[in-house]
Amino acid sequence: MKDYTPYIIVAILILGISALFIPRDLDDMTDDGRVKIRYWEKWTGFEKDAMEAIVDKYNASQDKVYVEFISTSQIDRKLLLATAGGNPPDIAGFWSHAMVSYAEKGVLYPLDSLMERDGLSRDDYVPSIINTCVYRDFVWGLPATPATVALHYNKDSFREAGLDPEKPPTTIEEFDRYARLMTKVGEDGNYTHMGFVPNDPGWWDQFWGVWFGAKLLSDDGKELLCNSPENVRAFEWYRSYVTNYDSEKVRFFSSAHRGQFASSSNSFMSGRVAMKQQGVWMANFIEKFGDGMDWAAAPFPSASYVTGGPATIVETDMLVIPRGSRHVEEAWDFIKFVQKQENIEELCLLQKKFSPRKEVSEGFYEKHPNPYIRMFRALAESPNAQAVPKTPVWIEYRDELGVAQERLWVTPPDKLSVKDALDRVKERMQPKLDLMNERWEAIGQQRLEEWSNL
Amino acid sequence: MTGEEKRALKYGMAFISPWIVGFASFLLLPMVLSLYYSFCDYSVLNPPAFLGGQNYQELVHDEVFWVSLYNTFYFALFALPLGTLTALFLALLLNSNIRFLGFFRTVFFLPSLVPLVALAILWQDILHTEYGIVNELLGVIGLGPFDWLGDPALAKPGLVLTTMWIVGNPVVIYLAGLQDVPRALYEAARIDGATKMQETAYITLPMISPVIYFNLIMGCIGVLQIFALPYVMTGGGPARSTLFYSMYLFDQAFAYLNMGYACAMAWILFGMIAVLTYSAHLLTNRFVVYGGS
Repeated sequence: MKDYTPYIIVAILILGISALFIPRDLDDMTDDGRVKIRYWEKWTGFEKDAMEAIVDKYNASQDKVYVEFISTSQIDRKLLLATAGGNPPDIAGFWSHAMVSYAEKGVLYPLDSLMERDGLSRDDYVPSIINTCVYRDFVWGLPATPATVALHYNKDSFREAGLDPEKPPTTIEEFDRYARLMTKVGEDGNYTHMGFVPNDPGWWDQFWGVWFGAKLLSDDGKELLCNSPENVRAFEWYRSYVTNYDSEKVRFFSSAHRGQFASSSNSFMSGRVAMKQQGVWMANFIEKFGDGMDWAAAPFPSASYVTGGPATIVETDMLVIPRGSRHVEEAWDFIKFVQKQENIEELCLLQKKFSPRKEVSEGFYEKHPNPYIRMFRALAESPNAQAVPKTPVWIEYRDELGVAQERLWVTPPDKLSVKDALDRVKERMQPKLDLMNERWEAIGQQRLEEWSNL
Repeated sequence: MTGEEKRALKYGMAFISPWIVGFASFLLLPMVLSLYYSFCDYSVLNPPAFLGGQNYQELVHDEVFWVSLYNTFYFALFALPLGTLTALFLALLLNSNIRFLGFFRTVFFLPSLVPLVALAILWQDILHTEYGIVNELLGVIGLGPFDWLGDPALAKPGLVLTTMWIVGNPVVIYLAGLQDVPRALYEAARIDGATKMQETAYITLPMISPVIYFNLIMGCIGVLQIFALPYVMTGGGPARSTLFYSMYLFDQAFAYLNMGYACAMAWILFGMIAVLTYSAHLLTNRFVVYGGS
């Protein structure tokens, strides 16, 4: 008789291994017959808890859809791979700064037709905020919580330097003077306190041009403007914080605080740096790590020639539907729920941010824990509020600008001029942008049609 | 082949078949595909478009590619020999007859059990400009303080220093090799009046030469692929002074979505490692002594 044992072994092993690869949730229904959708969110800590509360509220509000909330790190990479693998979540909490390249590569689902059908309009939102969700005139996600950045300063440091803590600087020139006044040298000749360090924490090193009237990309998206006179001026200013001080000692001082953001050794919250550019979220961290410090926030001053209102950077945490989601309708239903004025305000209150909607309920600001929340919201409404440049090469452009910034920080001016450093960025990045634009010219029309028909 | 042998072969094949399936689908197929993608414009999401050798041509003109290559070889040039010497030195010490030997062996192996990311964060503090222990110690002899991770000239040496901490694995392998050296050789040498140094130079080192050779090859492959430590500790900065080959490859693949370009980089790295390993094999083979031959 023929011995079949080896074949049986093979069959069992292969079946066993393949069982590992059967997707866990092919079955998209809950036990009580609701459609189960998956929502991946990048937030952790209290921001996660806030969204979880809204998810629970949604799940309790109806009996057709159940949102499964999963907090995950590195959302951009995971979303990319999950979409490529054909098994993305149904909703993702995404960043507006990464939206453009993901939209262009086909990771996201345009929401325009759904918005139109259900009576949601771009006009419901603060223009600068909804603008961060729009690319090539399509809406790729709707806001969860927005943010702007502003000057945060330590009132005690102002008092010690003989400055009026109720009068923050209003021009860059004044700001620089204040920064100098609040800088202290210890017995060993090293800086013990500084008024300001521009690369700490280094989150908007590429963006200082915003306060100097500069743009990083031309309006038609075809030319990189990193080496424009305004940007050169901004980068010169940035560098003046090494060249106008004792260079080596400033570098030392700033590197001592590297990577210390969410801790009591944070340069601002430990009282060692008097003024800082930070986002609306900073109040939460001051509350946690600031040990009762006396602080205030105000618009970060612009160069004296900039007119039209205070400048800021606007960023939005947005809810997107990845392409390949099996439950677009259900995902949209949840996003719509979050967009309701009552719900989005609840989320923004819990996350201690301002509302992205034009209309704000009575009492929202009174209930808000951040005493400067109106100012942050007003910044978003300023004509000088800028978002991240909308170009598919943005991530690489940003990294390249960051490298230029680091080079300027560590290289003496006679060895490298600001103009040369920025010219180099343009030389490297402009051809890449040109290539992207050429490609768009070849396939753009086809893509636009495809998006309109989704 | 007899019937019994055939039967045995069939059983053998059956039992390793999951491995063959796994190897083919998770290693062989991706490798072949990545070779194909290296000739394509491929962003993971859109179907690959064939470009010919364009990715490779662009790489030659990519300034950052050369910077990352330079950084990687600079790192390898210092980390590999220093790592080998440190591991060998520790193994020789841990092979001697002292009290609490087991305790010491454990202590020196412990850092290798710490996850790389935790280790990276720990070393950020150890190398910290203000309160780092390295600067404290150097201060005692009147040196420094140094901005280890913030100064482009010091960032690579700082990372080399960090990797010296995780020599536990090669140390264990060296120890195993050392235990294998026949005692009789030492006894014979001692009768002939050899000193400790002579014993080490003429008996120990030749006898463990295959182990040294193995560790060198593995170390070479490891340092050329260094990723996690610099990724966490410096992120490639300042000013790209610690941007290593694998990090640039990772950025191209997952941050800039140029998967085709990244695949081309991966194959170049593969080629370099293959050539280097083979050269190491040719160069060192005459110094390696096998007990069995």
